[in-house]
Amino acid sequence: MNVPVEFYLVLSTLLFFIGVYGFIVRKNLIGILMSIELILNAVNINFVVFNRFLFPEKLEGYMYGLFVIIVAAAETAVAIAIIINVYRNMKNIDVDSIKELKN
Amino acid sequence: MEFLTAYLTANNIIFFILAAIILVFGFLSVTTTKILRAATYLFFVLFAIAGLYLLLTYEFIAAVQLSVYAGGIVVLLVFAILLVKNLGEETEKVSCQKKLVSAIAAISGVVISLVTLFGFGFQNNESADELTANVNMETIGHTLMGVEKYQYLLPFEAASVFLLACIIGSVVVATNLKKEDKK
Repeated sequence: MNVPVEFYLVLSTLLFFIGVYGFIVRKNLIGILMSIELILNAVNINFVVFNRFLFPEKLEGYMYGLFVIIVAAAETAVAIAIIINVYRNMKNIDVDSIKELKN
Repeated sequence: MEFLTAYLTANNIIFFILAAIILVFGFLSVTTTKILRAATYLFFVLFAIAGLYLLLTYEFIAAVQLSVYAGGIVVLLVFAILLVKNLGEETEKVSCQKKLVSAIAAISGVVISLVTLFGFGFQNNESADELTANVNMETIGHTLMGVEKYQYLLPFEAASVFLLACIIGSVVVATNLKKEDKK
């Protein structure tokens, strides 16, 4: 017998809001990026679980999960390039101290 | 007692172990003050999520999760941390007020989502229980490379162009252009 679908959904809900908590509470740019990874993974669990339990003969949620992983990898690479550039120019990656764009 | 025996199947036990790993290390990863430890805890979370995909009999996406997330993204993050910060340096302390506000936001979100989720009344699909054979690579290949309905050649090609754009973009951003401006 399989695990009920609600268990997976509760797990992904909790993981999503752990990520949201980290996203708000972190000051470090890399910490924020890690919280985004947690959020993306929680959503990905949902896609795959819905595919498995609702339409196991089609692969729609499965493919969506794969493309989410691809986009997440690209997003992380670009974000890290930006973070390194910000650090080079300002010697700091805390969101409170990056103010140059504000003016 | 009947409730216990109904829920103590092998699948459920594995699921609960994986769920405990995901939630505990996920929580540690957003609350720890040392950023390198946070990256390590994130690594454990990603590993356990790959285990969850294996439990759903989706081996290919578990392998992708392991190679792209655990093998690629975490290594990138660790590189960035080592380039940017001194090893093991503590981040700034967060004020209690900010923690409280974020916790209220997160908990209210959890409550709203769970109320909606349990109000929906999911019925477990019996055919999903019977489908124990995993998706084989041939099916996945045809699904990725076909142009008919439920086949995904266009997103596949879009993803390849997207990745190329990301490579060029990150090289341009990470190269320091200021020195050339000064010349």
